[in-house]
Amino acid sequence: MTLAATEISRPKSRVLPWVNGSAVVMTLYLVFLLLPIYWLLNMSLKTNTEILSTFSLWPQDLTFDNYRTILTDPSWYMGYVNSLIYVVINTVISISVALPAAYAFSRYHFMGDKHLFFWLLTNRMAPPAVFALPFFQLYSSVGLFDTHIAVALAHCLFNVPLAVWILEGFMRGVPKEIDETAYIDGYSFGRFFMKIFMPLIASGIGVAAFFCFMFSWVELLLSRTLTSVDAKSIAATMTRTVSASGMDWGVLAAAGVLTIVPGALVIYFVRNYIAKGFALGRV
Amino acid sequence: MEKTVNQKAWFLVLPVLVLVAFSAVIPLMTVVNYSVQDTFGNNEFYWAGLEWFSEMLDSERMWNALSRQLVFSAIILAIEVPLGIFVALNMPKKGFWASLCLVLMALPLLVPWNVVGTIWQIFGRVDIGLLGYTLDKIGIPYNYTQDFFAAWATVIIMDVWHWTSLVALLAYAGLQSIPDAYYQAAKIDQASRLAVFRFIELPKMQGVLMIAILLRFMDSFMIYTEPFVVTGGGPGNSTTFLSIDLVKMALGQFDLGPAAAFSIMYFLVILLISWVFYTVMTNLEKREGA
Repeated sequence: MTLAATEISRPKSRVLPWVNGSAVVMTLYLVFLLLPIYWLLNMSLKTNTEILSTFSLWPQDLTFDNYRTILTDPSWYMGYVNSLIYVVINTVISISVALPAAYAFSRYHFMGDKHLFFWLLTNRMAPPAVFALPFFQLYSSVGLFDTHIAVALAHCLFNVPLAVWILEGFMRGVPKEIDETAYIDGYSFGRFFMKIFMPLIASGIGVAAFFCFMFSWVELLLSRTLTSVDAKSIAATMTRTVSASGMDWGVLAAAGVLTIVPGALVIYFVRNYIAKGFALGRV
Repeated sequence: MEKTVNQKAWFLVLPVLVLVAFSAVIPLMTVVNYSVQDTFGNNEFYWAGLEWFSEMLDSERMWNALSRQLVFSAIILAIEVPLGIFVALNMPKKGFWASLCLVLMALPLLVPWNVVGTIWQIFGRVDIGLLGYTLDKIGIPYNYTQDFFAAWATVIIMDVWHWTSLVALLAYAGLQSIPDAYYQAAKIDQASRLAVFRFIELPKMQGVLMIAILLRFMDSFMIYTEPFVVTGGGPGNSTTFLSIDLVKMALGQFDLGPAAAFSIMYFLVILLISWVFYTVMTNLEKREGA
């Protein structure tokens, strides 16, 4: 609210006016970002013979065959389904355990709270490569290897700390008087949390869910190590098919384009909170 | 905010504790186990003490990977942080263009890491890639699978492409939180653009920039997928960073003992540096709050 108010009162001739110089910088930067993605899109709409024989900035012989291959072949499209399943499971688990913990960190002092918070963060810092082999053995021994839940649990390693961190930042912004008033009004903790508190930090929950989704969606090493057939992720499908079929560039590019779509969709919903979310709710 | 002391808050933290213990402590203990034991197969293990640690500390392979990793992290931080701040300063402040810039800039962050590799692999190839083809036509020899310099340049530019937006978005969030009164005061004092940046914007961005540096350091230090897809660690070992080397050792050659010792030292290095960042960061927050 305060932000919007200052936006309006901001004078036209600011110290940093949105002049042409800035527009040029932004255009150059965005071109740098989008050019490789454009090239991928371009490749995905060409036939393999065209990719290898001619060099052109746009498809001469427009074809959707690459996409058709992916969307009709179960070994391809099941990759997307598997990835989406474990990403959603992971997001749900991460947010539901992180909510109460973040509340505790933002409201109370308790024995060892600072150490615990840092210890949680160290898990975000742990290189997945360190955990790949032990995870493989752990989940094999409990019979969870090659299941969606295994990957979802493994991704909790870095998503739970992140969710706690983000949610704690957002919860800190909610005045404590609200809690106290609710308790005086006779709300129990559970009802207060569900009915009053969660709607107040809805944007924070959205942002945390977005980040869990994102980091689980983009991860390759753990999801590849923990799956073989039934729960094989799209990332793993892509790397394995590359070596097997001798570089089918068109299909590879089309698969790449399709992996960007879910991200682009969710980003649209949280666009106004992206910046604050990346600051982990601490602005 | 004033916090009250309440030991019952532990119950709220318990689910996280159980979950993270399952997915972090148990695996980590496995690693610690392997690091002090030796095996001759058949699941028979012998106490090896600190043998693996001393072996790894003497091995040139690890030191080489570590120095490559440090050089890589230093280079990308030196490029991404100033570039990110510069981009953030030039972003539109509000309205349609601001939203559009935000969405487009966040796009690379949401591309799966192996696809980032694929994108640059295709983009950089001399025969089919726009970048490789153009450089080749201009007459610059460029081949990221053969040439040491080209491989490094590709991996670094790829990381800049992938992650500069993160720094820019964080810096942008910091800039947005500066009250207008600060700028007006600066204007009355007729402060130069540089002075405004140095004495208003930079101090106000300090907090978020620390987060940016912390995140970028951590993530670049454990980079695996992107260089693995593009260069596979080559040519030779020139882009074999710590994680790539570790995976090669643990899952490729199944050298459990050395790999475990390697893992623990790797983790400790990250932990140590991150702890320094974290301490600085929380102190900054405290000072701002006071």
